[in-house]
Amino acid sequence: MIYFDKVTKVYPNAKALEDVTFTVESGEFVSIVGHSGAGKTTLLKMILAEDKPSAGQVFFDSINIHKTNRRDIPRLRRRIGSVFQDFRLLPNKTAYENIAFTMVAAGRSDEEIALDVPHALELVGLGDKKWNFPSELSGGERQRVAIARAIINQPDLLIADEPTGNLDPIAASEIIEIFKKINEIGTTIILTTHNKKIIDSLGRRVLTLDQGHIARDDKDGQYVI
Amino acid sequence: MFWINTKRIFKFGLVNFWRNGLVSFASVMSMSFTLFVVGGLFLANNFMNSALDEVKSKVDVSISFKTDAPGGDIEALKNELALLSEVKEVIYSSRESELANFRERHKDNEILMQSLDEVGNPFGARLNILAVDPDQYDVITRFVENKTSPELGGDQIIDQVSYKKNVVDKLLRLIETSQKVSFGISFVLALLAILVVFNTVSLAIYTSREEISVMRLVGAGNFYVKGPFVIEGIVSGVLSSFIALVALYPAAIWVRDLTAGVYGGVNLVSFYTANFGKIFLILLLTGVILGLIASFWATRRYAKV
Repeated sequence: MIYFDKVTKVYPNAKALEDVTFTVESGEFVSIVGHSGAGKTTLLKMILAEDKPSAGQVFFDSINIHKTNRRDIPRLRRRIGSVFQDFRLLPNKTAYENIAFTMVAAGRSDEEIALDVPHALELVGLGDKKWNFPSELSGGERQRVAIARAIINQPDLLIADEPTGNLDPIAASEIIEIFKKINEIGTTIILTTHNKKIIDSLGRRVLTLDQGHIARDDKDGQYVI
Repeated sequence: MFWINTKRIFKFGLVNFWRNGLVSFASVMSMSFTLFVVGGLFLANNFMNSALDEVKSKVDVSISFKTDAPGGDIEALKNELALLSEVKEVIYSSRESELANFRERHKDNEILMQSLDEVGNPFGARLNILAVDPDQYDVITRFVENKTSPELGGDQIIDQVSYKKNVVDKLLRLIETSQKVSFGISFVLALLAILVVFNTVSLAIYTSREEISVMRLVGAGNFYVKGPFVIEGIVSGVLSSFIALVALYPAAIWVRDLTAGVYGGVNLVSFYTANFGKIFLILLLTGVILGLIASFWATRRYAKV
């Protein structure tokens, strides 16, 4: 599903990725670990077409992401759900509206939106907070809104960049449980994290990045740094 | 689908405008100021123009004839003058009407009236000549002076040719200069105000750039990212044009009262009420176009991701 082919990314004063090659199959749950600055976020940005590689190519199925017309990028992004450490919700929209906006952007009808959004909010356990603005929610609740938003269009791939970084341990494990459920229904997940406990409890594939290189690729990995 | 999309964009834009409270307020205020300047410019320009017209219409060359000048000669001169392309109108005033005018002006002065009764009618007939353009009075006076030269016998019928040239010239120059100055000032003011609007609107969008990048990341196309900002810009423009329109009314009253002594004939308030629709349309259009340009420009700048 995702294929990195000898990807190198050089920023003006640092090399973020160097000659990175790996494949993620459909339905996998892959964790990417590494120190700060190891290149984890850069790698995710490549998939979302937020940034371009200096050399090499990134494929989403058969689509060469960075050779795609700018106008087709929104359509590509609608196939990817993304969750971030800092939630990145729209501050001026309620929980309900944040999720609905993603459906609007995908061109869904009002009926579908009215049907699916409450359902997604129930799924992440926020059925009673749909009219709250992000500023009125706790960190864990905001992240759950972000997850509901990420999965509302039934994406093929879910990308989560340090989703538990700002959360307390209980909220963090709740979030991971939600991810597991999403993976079980067939969504591919790529997760970056610093949290050893999470990696060890997941027991799934782990890619270890070190200074822009892939240092390890373990099938049922442990957090080894 | 297009209709649904447009409806959604409008809704998003209006809701954002409302929820962005302070920022929307700031852009509306700065835009109102701009539109006030634009409206003021329009009113001031009209004020100057009507003042100029007023002065122009009061300028004339007048020929007073001797009391015994034959009516036929006067009529001949009048027709000759009327043929000149520079002459707009020649108004004939008979001896009797000159007397009547004088009596009317001095009816409270009994001594004058009594002496008039004794003397009879001391006034000659008069021709008032209006030029098409004030600059052409020179040509007309030269023509009249040639006619009145003693060699042609003109001094036998014409008593005096009067033309308040210096006063008129000074007044015209004063008005033209003040028109230029006021245009310059208004231009600079309008430019400044437009910059302020652009800054405020782009600041509003700058504060939303995080929001814009989020919209991009969830796969929103240009239409959904930029659309609501454009609607916000239009809403600000419409609201501001209302505010500016309302604010111009007391300003017009103030100017009218201030200038009442200078030009009795020019009344900004009545101009404002008479041209209300036109002014409103100008302000509304300017406001909407300003809002559109500012939001387009700012989204272009900040909506890349």
